[in-house]
Amino acid sequence: MSFDAWLPAAILLSSMVPGMLIFLLREESHRLRTLLNMTGALVKLGLVIWMIGGVYDGQHFETRWTLAPGLDLVLSADALSVLFVALSTLLWLVTTIYAIGYLEHSPNRSRFFGFFSICVSATVGIALSGNLLTFVIFYEILTLATYPLVAHRGTPDAAHGAKVYLAYTVGGGALLLVGAIWLQALVGPVEFTPGGILGVSPEEIRMELILIFFVLLAGLGVKAALVPLHGWLPQAMVAPAPVSALLHAVAVVKAGAFGILRVVYDVYGVEFAYANGLLLALGILASVTVIYGSMMALTQDNLKKRLAYSTVSQVSYIALGASIFGPIATIGGMVHLVHQGLMKITLFFCAGNYAETLGVHKVSEMDGVGRRMPWTSLAFTVGALGMIGVPPIAGFVSKWYLGLGAADAGSNWVLAVLVASSLLNAAYFLPILHRAWFRPAPKQWPQEHRHTGRMEIAGALLWPPVITAVLALSAGLFAAAPFTPLEWATLIAEREYGR
Amino acid sequence: MIDALPLSVTLPLLGALAVTVSPAHARGLGLLAAVLTAASGVAVTAAVWSDGVLRADLGGWGVPLGIALEADGLSAAFLAMANVVALAISVYAGGYFKQETAQHFWPLWLLLWSALNGLFLATDLFNLYVTLELLGLSAAALGALTGTREAVAANLRYLLVGLLGSMSYLLGVALVYAAYGVLDIGLVAEAIAPGPVAWTAMALMIGGLILKAALFPMHFWLPPAHANAPAPVSAALSALVCKAAFYLVLRLWLDVFAPVLNEAAANLLGMLGAAAVVWGSWRALRAERLKLLAAYSTVAQVGYLFIAFPLLAATPPGLARDNLLAAVVLLALTHGFAKAGFFLAAGMVQKTAGHDRIDDLGGAAQALPAATFAIGLAGVALIGLPPSGTFLAKWMMLEQAMILGHWWWLVVMMIGTLLAAAYIFRVLSRAFNREPAPYRFVNDARTELPALLLGLIATFGLGIAAQPLWVLLEQGGFG
Repeated sequence: MSFDAWLPAAILLSSMVPGMLIFLLREESHRLRTLLNMTGALVKLGLVIWMIGGVYDGQHFETRWTLAPGLDLVLSADALSVLFVALSTLLWLVTTIYAIGYLEHSPNRSRFFGFFSICVSATVGIALSGNLLTFVIFYEILTLATYPLVAHRGTPDAAHGAKVYLAYTVGGGALLLVGAIWLQALVGPVEFTPGGILGVSPEEIRMELILIFFVLLAGLGVKAALVPLHGWLPQAMVAPAPVSALLHAVAVVKAGAFGILRVVYDVYGVEFAYANGLLLALGILASVTVIYGSMMALTQDNLKKRLAYSTVSQVSYIALGASIFGPIATIGGMVHLVHQGLMKITLFFCAGNYAETLGVHKVSEMDGVGRRMPWTSLAFTVGALGMIGVPPIAGFVSKWYLGLGAADAGSNWVLAVLVASSLLNAAYFLPILHRAWFRPAPKQWPQEHRHTGRMEIAGALLWPPVITAVLALSAGLFAAAPFTPLEWATLIAEREYGR
Repeated sequence: MIDALPLSVTLPLLGALAVTVSPAHARGLGLLAAVLTAASGVAVTAAVWSDGVLRADLGGWGVPLGIALEADGLSAAFLAMANVVALAISVYAGGYFKQETAQHFWPLWLLLWSALNGLFLATDLFNLYVTLELLGLSAAALGALTGTREAVAANLRYLLVGLLGSMSYLLGVALVYAAYGVLDIGLVAEAIAPGPVAWTAMALMIGGLILKAALFPMHFWLPPAHANAPAPVSAALSALVCKAAFYLVLRLWLDVFAPVLNEAAANLLGMLGAAAVVWGSWRALRAERLKLLAAYSTVAQVGYLFIAFPLLAATPPGLARDNLLAAVVLLALTHGFAKAGFFLAAGMVQKTAGHDRIDDLGGAAQALPAATFAIGLAGVALIGLPPSGTFLAKWMMLEQAMILGHWWWLVVMMIGTLLAAAYIFRVLSRAFNREPAPYRFVNDARTELPALLLGLIATFGLGIAAQPLWVLLEQGGFG
C-alpha cells in the first residue's frame, strides 16, 4: 500500500495510540505522559502539514478498510476535511500544553489525558470521514470519549452536567444513525462527493429525502447546539477549562457544524438542498439560534456560561453560511469554523486563567483584572473584539463574507440578523472589557493563588491563550496571504461550485 | 486436522474425569484442560476457515448409524467464540474460586464445555438432545455452586425449566423420527415436507429451545439464575448457554425446517423478540444490582437475535440474505464476548466491594480501573455503539429492515439502544466520582485481564475486523 493510503490512518493513530498507552500509565508518570502527549501532538501536526500540501496540489489521500460487505471505513482528505483537521491538530497541541499546566496537581490525570487523546482522534476521524458510515462511527466515539471528560471532576454538579450532555448527545446520535441508515437503504452507501449525490435521485423518493434531511439535521444539531437542541451546552460548563475549550472550539460543537456542512454540500448538494427549500429551513433555524444564543449570553453573570451561550450563537454562523446559496457565503461559513475556534479557545483559556489565579468565575467579579493579569486580559480582549467582529481580527472576515454573500444571494434578512447579533455581541462583551481595564480592582480577589514566577501565571497556562490570540489576529490581518483559513475556504468553495 | 474435531469434545470430558479423580489438583488440571480444549476448538475454526467443512465419523460408522461430528462455517463461528470466551472464564475462575469450591467447579465446568462443543458440532437431532440435556444439567449445577438459598432456589427452577425445554425438544425429535425414520440433520431436511407433523415437530422443538434461550415471556427463570450464580458461571450462562440454544434454533430453522417455514412463525418470534428488547432493557434500567442488570440485559439481547427471523423470512435468498445472516451471527458472537466480559468484571467489582448494589459502587469501581474499563468496553458493545461488532450488525439489520419497509423494527431497536445506553451509563457514572486516584491500572492480572480482553474483542476486534466472519460463514453453503 502506498503512503497516500496510509497518511489518513497515520494521522488518526498519532493521537489514538498515545491515548491508549496513557491509560496504562501510573498516575505518577508525569514525564512519560507529557512526552507521549507532546509527541503525538507534534507528529500529528507534521503529518497534517504534509497532507495540506498534498491536497493543495490535488493529491488524493484515502485509507479504505472493509468492515463488512457493503460497509467501508473510509478516511479520505479533501479540502474541507483538511480545514477541520488542521484546526483540531493545531488547537490540540495548544490545549495539551494548557491542560498539562491546568491539571498540574489534580487526580486521575492518566484517565483524563487518555480520553482527551481519544476525543481528538475522534474529531480527526470525523474530519477525515469519507462516507456517512465512517462519520457516524467517529461521531459516536466522540460522544463516548467526551463524557468522562465532562464528568471528570466527579462533583454532583459534574455528574449532573455529564448526564445532561449524554442524554442529548446519545439521543442526537440515535437520530443521526436512523437518518444515515434510512438514507443508505434508499440510495446505497453514501460517499461524500462534492456537489452531493442526490441530484440524480428519482423523483418519487424526494419527500423521503427531505424528511431524512431533517432527521440528520436534528442529529447533528444537538452537537452543533442549534436551538432548541442546545440545552446540554451550558450544563457541560462544569468540565475543567481545557475541556470546555476543546468542547467549544474544536471537538464537539464543530463536529456538529462540520456534519451540517458535509450533509448540505457533499451529500444533498447545495443545489438540491436549495431547490427543495432545505436551505431556507436551515437558515431560519440558524438565525433563531444566533439571536437566541446572544440574548441568553447577555443575561449570564457566570463567565463560562456567558461564553457558552456565545458559542451557541457563534457556531450557528457556520450553518448560516451553509444555508445561503452562493460561494461567498459558503466561504464565510467555512472560514468561521476556524476563526470561531481560534477566538473561542482563547476566551476559554483566559476564563480558566482568571479562575485559577484569582478565583474569578463571574463577570461581576472582573473589575480590574486587566491590570492584575495584563497578558491574559490582552488575549481575552482580542478574542472578545474578534467575536464582535471588529476589524482586523478574524471574526470580522467571517462576518464580512457572510454579509456579502447574503447580499449577493438577495437574502437581505440575513444582514439584519448579522447586525443584530453583532450589536448583542458588543452588548455582552464590551462590559466585560470595560470592567477588566477601566474599573479599579477590589481589595481582595475571591480566591487568589499567587504565582511565584516572573509572569502573572505559569507559562503553560499563559502561552496558549497568547498564541491563539495572535493566530486569531493574524488570520484576520493577513487573510489574503496564502494558506490562511480564508484562502483555504475559498479553495473549498471553488471546488464545490466550480465543478 | 481430522483429530481436532473429536478432540474439542473429548478433551474437556477427559479433563473433567481427571479433575474428579484428583481433586487436589483441580485448578492446575482444569486450566490445562481448558487451554488444550480452547486450542482444539480454535484449530477447528481455523481449519474450516481455510479448508471448508470438516467432518468426522466416530468409530468409523457412517450415517445413519454412527455418531458424526461436523463443522461448517456457522458451527465454526460459534465454536471459536465459545472456546475463546470459555478460556477467558477458566483463567478468571482460576483466580476466583477458593480450593474447596474449585473442586466442585472444575468437573462441572469442563462437562459443560464438552456439551457445548458437542452441541455446535453434532449432526443429528438425538445427539443434539443429549448435548442439550448435558448442558442444561451442568449449567444448573454450576449456578447453584455458591449454595445460598437464592441461588439454589433459582437454579432449581432453572433446572426444571431446562428439563421442560429439553422434553419438548425430545418430543419433537420423536415425532420427526416416527414420521421419517431418520435423525441426521441432512437426511431429515431431505425428507421433511410441509404438513401437520412437520409443523408440530417444529413448534415443539423450537418452543423448547426458546424456553432455554429465555425468549420473552419465557425468560422469567433467567434473571434470578444468572444473577445469583458465581461470576464466572454467570458469564458462561449468559454468554454461552443461551447462545447455544439460539444457535440451535438458527441451525434448525436454516437446515431442517426451511421447507416448512412460514412468515407467521417468523413474525411471532420477531414480535416476542421485540417485546424482549423493550422489557429486558427496561428491567435492566430499573435493576438495583449490577449482576441483575447484566442478566436482564441478556434478556434484551436475546430479543435482538430473534428480531432477525422475520427479516430473514422476508428477504429473498441471495447476497442480501447472506449478509443479514452473517450480521445476526456477528451480533450473537459480539454479545457473547461482551456479556462474558461484563459479568467477569462485575464479579471483580462485587468481590472487592462485598456487594454489587449499583448505587453504592462509587469507590469500588474507581479502585478497579481495568475492571471498570472492561465494563465500559463491554457496555459499548451491549449498547451497540461504534466501533463494536454489535454496531455493525445492528446497522446491517436495520438497513435491511428499511429496505424491506419494515420500519417498526428500527423503532424497536432504537428504543432498546437508548434504554441500553441509559442502563450502562447509570453504572459508569458511578465511576467518575471524587475518589482517590488508583495506584495502577491493573490490580490482579489473572482476573482483570480476561474481562478486559473480552471487552476489547467485542468492541474493537469484531467491529473493525469482522470481515473474516464472512469468509468463514461461506463455508458450508450457509443460507
